[in-house]
Amino acid sequence: MKKLAKTINVTLKVWRQRGAEDKGRFDTIAAKNISVHMSFIEMLDTVNEQLTLDGKDPIAFDNDCREGICGTCGAVVDGQAHGPQKATTLCQLHMRKFSDGDTIVVEPFRARAFKVVKDLVVDRSVFDKIIQAGGYISVNTGGAPDGNAIPVSQEIAEKAMDAAACIGCGACVAACPSASAMLFVSGKISQLALLPQGKPEAAMRALSMVRVMDSCGFGNCSNHRECENACPKSLSIVNIARLNREYFKASFFSDEI
Amino acid sequence: MEFDAKIPAGPLTDKWDRHRFELKLVNPANKRKFDIIVVGTGLAGASASASLAELGYHVKTFCIQDSPRRAHSIAAQGGINAAKNYTNEGDSIWRLFYDTVKGGDFRAREANVYRLAQLSNHIIDHCVAQGIPFARDYGGLLANRSFGGSQVSRTFYARGQTGQQLLLGAYSALMRQIGAGSVELFPRREMLDLVIVNGQARGIVVRNLISGALESHAADAVVLSSGGYGNVYYLSTNAESSNVGAIFRAYRRGAMFANPCFTQIHPTCIPHTGDHQSKLTLMSESLRNDGRVWVPRQPGDIREPQDIPEEDRDYYLEQKYPSFGNLVPRDVASRAAKAQCDAGKGVGLTRCAVYLDFADAISRDGKDIIAKKYGNLFDMYELITDDSPYQKPMMIYPASHYTMGGLWVDYNLMSTIPGLFVLGEANFSDHGANRLGASALMQGLADGYFIIPYTIGGYFAGTALSMVSAEHAAFKGAVREAAESSAKLMSIRGKRTVDSFARELGQIMWNYCGMSRNEAGLKKAIQLIKDLRAEFWENVLVPGTDKEYNKSLEKAGRQADSLEFAELMILDALERTESCGGHFREESQTAEGEAKRDDENFSHVSVWKYEGYGKQPEFHKEPLVFENVVLSQRSYK
Repeated sequence: MKKLAKTINVTLKVWRQRGAEDKGRFDTIAAKNISVHMSFIEMLDTVNEQLTLDGKDPIAFDNDCREGICGTCGAVVDGQAHGPQKATTLCQLHMRKFSDGDTIVVEPFRARAFKVVKDLVVDRSVFDKIIQAGGYISVNTGGAPDGNAIPVSQEIAEKAMDAAACIGCGACVAACPSASAMLFVSGKISQLALLPQGKPEAAMRALSMVRVMDSCGFGNCSNHRECENACPKSLSIVNIARLNREYFKASFFSDEI
Repeated sequence: MEFDAKIPAGPLTDKWDRHRFELKLVNPANKRKFDIIVVGTGLAGASASASLAELGYHVKTFCIQDSPRRAHSIAAQGGINAAKNYTNEGDSIWRLFYDTVKGGDFRAREANVYRLAQLSNHIIDHCVAQGIPFARDYGGLLANRSFGGSQVSRTFYARGQTGQQLLLGAYSALMRQIGAGSVELFPRREMLDLVIVNGQARGIVVRNLISGALESHAADAVVLSSGGYGNVYYLSTNAESSNVGAIFRAYRRGAMFANPCFTQIHPTCIPHTGDHQSKLTLMSESLRNDGRVWVPRQPGDIREPQDIPEEDRDYYLEQKYPSFGNLVPRDVASRAAKAQCDAGKGVGLTRCAVYLDFADAISRDGKDIIAKKYGNLFDMYELITDDSPYQKPMMIYPASHYTMGGLWVDYNLMSTIPGLFVLGEANFSDHGANRLGASALMQGLADGYFIIPYTIGGYFAGTALSMVSAEHAAFKGAVREAAESSAKLMSIRGKRTVDSFARELGQIMWNYCGMSRNEAGLKKAIQLIKDLRAEFWENVLVPGTDKEYNKSLEKAGRQADSLEFAELMILDALERTESCGGHFREESQTAEGEAKRDDENFSHVSVWKYEGYGKQPEFHKEPLVFENVVLSQRSYK
C-alpha cells in the first residue's frame, strides 16, 4: 500500500515553442502530487489538466500507444533522449525514477532534419522519406511462394528481428552529436540484407537510402555510440557496421548507381 | 428492411472462387482513372493502400498519426493465425474456419469466416516475401505456437512483436507506392465527415492536425480502416488516438452499425494503479501457454505470493476447466478473474488483479527457454510495475481490448452506403461475438491485401460514377458543419477538462456495459450518459483556438462522438437479452453460471440505422444461417 500512496513534487523546465518559426524558450512549471506509479507521459497529462484549468496553454507533446512500441513519444529529459532509463521510451519511463524536489529539464528531439512543430512535438517525416527510397522488398501482393519455400536459419532470422525492432522514434538522431540517422537507416538495411528475400535489391537499397538520408540534412556517424545508448529498443551499432559494408559493397561491386 | 449480404451461392468451399470469377474487372489501363481514399494505416489500411496502388489505382491515404508506421496494429504482440498445418497436427482451412465461427459463438457469417481461413495461408506467404522476420525452427522453417484456446499450433509470430513486424511490412509496401507516386500520403489528418453525393460515398472532410485547417478530398470510393472503439471505456489497451470518430460519422451519414455491444475484454493486462492511469498495457495472452493463473484460496489473504503455500492457492481456471485450463477463451478468463476479485480474492494494491505465475514453467524449462519466449514481455512488465516476473508472479486484470462490432458490411466489405468500404476492426464481419487470439492481424491483412483489391474493382466496373470534385456543394456543407461543431466546442469555456469527461464515461461503460451486463444496469447507464452528455455541452473546457495544433480540441471532438456512440452500445446490449461470446447478459446464464446463448431468438446480426441526434435509431436484423457448422454451446471443461 505504501507504494501506491507515494507522491513527489517536481519542477519542470520545459521547452515551449509556438511553431517552427518561433524562437522558443524554457518555461518553469511545478508538477505537484505526482504518483511515482505515473509514467512520464501521465505526469505531463496531469500537469496539462492543471494548466488547462488555470487557463494556460497545455504542453504539446506527441504520444500514442503508451506502451513503448509505436515510436510516437519522445523528448530529451535531463539531457538524455527518452530520459535516464536505458532501453525505455518516454511513455514507459516512470516517475519512480525521479526524486521529490527534482528539477527536470524537458526538450524536444533536436536535429536540423526534425523541425519543431510545437513545444515537444517535432516533424520526423524525413524518416518516411528514407524508407520510401528503398526500405522495402519489391513484392506485389499475390505472387509469393509458400512461406516455407526458402528456409532461413534461426540465427539469421534472430539477427534480422534484432535489426527490425526499431520503432522509428528518432531518439538516435537526437542523441547523436552530429544528428546522424545511421542507426535508424541501418536497422532497415540490415534486416533486409540479412534475409534471403531482401538480397536481390540489397545494393540498390543501400545506395538509395543513404543518398536520401544524406539529402535530408542528417550528419554522419562519428562512432560516439550515443544512438545505441539512447535507443529504446537497444538496436546495436553492429547494424551501422553492416550498413557500411552493404554501402561499400554496393558502391564498388554493383552495377547500381 | 431486407439485408443483402451478397453471399455468393454454391458450396461454402467454392464461394470465394466463384465470387472472384463473377466480379467484374476494371481494365488495367482504366484503373489509374479511379481515385480511392483510404482512412487509416493500420494493417488493413496500409495493406489496402499498397495493394490497390500496385493494381494501378490512384490512392490517397490518410492517417491520424505523424507517420503511417505508428497505427495501433503495431502494438499487437502475440501472432497471426494461418491454416498451414506446418506442424502436422491435423489443422486445415476447414478447422480454422470452424474454430473461428465457434470462437465467435456462432454470431458471424459462415461465408466470410471461411474466406478468412482460406486467405490466411496467402497472408503468411506474402509477409515472408516482404521480409518479415518470423520466428524459425532450427531447420530454418517457420515456427508455430498454440494461442488463445486453440488446440493446434497455427500461430506465426515474430517474438512478442508480431503486430509491429506485420505492420512495418505493410507500411514498407505502402512507402514503396508513395515513392512510386501511386499513393499520396496525408499524415496528421483526422476524418471529420464522410461526403455523399447522389447516394454514393465520394469523399471526406479532414482536419489538418497541425494547422487546424479543414480540407476536402474527393474520390470515387472511400475505404475506412480506422480501427475500433475500445477507448469508449477510457482505460483500454488502445492507443490514445484510437477512436470511434471516423466510423461514427459515417454512421451519422447513413452507414449502418452492426453489433456495437460486441466488445472484447482481454484477460491479461497490467492492473491499474490509480486515477492517473491513462491506459492499460496488454500482456500477450501467449503468456497463458506457460503461466498458471491463481488467487489465494481465502478472501483477504494479503500475504506476499511467495509466502502463500500451494494448498492455499486456488488455480481456479485449471480447476473449473480441466481440458482447457489456463487457455480458456478470453471472455471466460476475463469473467473468471473478475468473479475472483468480486469475491474478495483479488491481489495487489487495488485488489483488482490475479496472479499469472511462471515459477513452474521456469523450473520445468529453465529460465533461458522462458526468457526466449517471453523475455520482451517480462521486460515490459518490469518496466511498468518494477517487479520481475522471473521472481514474482505477474499480476493481471482484464481490460477493454478489441471491438468486434463495427460498420455493417456485405461480403464485398461494402457498407450500406454504396462506395463506402470498411476494413479491419472498423467493420463487424468476421469475429462474431468474440474474437480469438491471433485472428485480428489475420482479418486486417485479409481485408486489405486480398479482398478489397477485387471487390472494389467489382464496384467500379458495375457502377455509374459522375464527376465530383472537392468544390461540390456537399463538401462545402460538410466543411461548414465541421467548423460549426469545433466553434461550438471552443465557445463553451466551461470548468471541466475533456479528459475528466472521458474518464467518467469510461467508468459508466465499464461498470454497466463491460464484462457482464443486466437490464437494470444498462437502463441506468443510458440516463447517466444522457446527463453526462448534457453536462459536456455546457461545461467542457477547450483551451486555445481551432486554427492551430490543439490536442484538447481533437480530444473534445472524439469525446462528443463517444458520448453519443456509447448510448448506441447500450441500446444494442439491452436488445440482446442472450449471453454470447464476450457479451455476458446476467439474465441469461446456465445453472453453473456459464453464458447461455439463445439461438432461437438471437441468431442474427443487430444492425442500427441513425435517425438523427437524440432520436432512437432504427433497429434491423440480418439473420445468420448456419449450413456447415453445428451450433453447440461452448464448453471448455
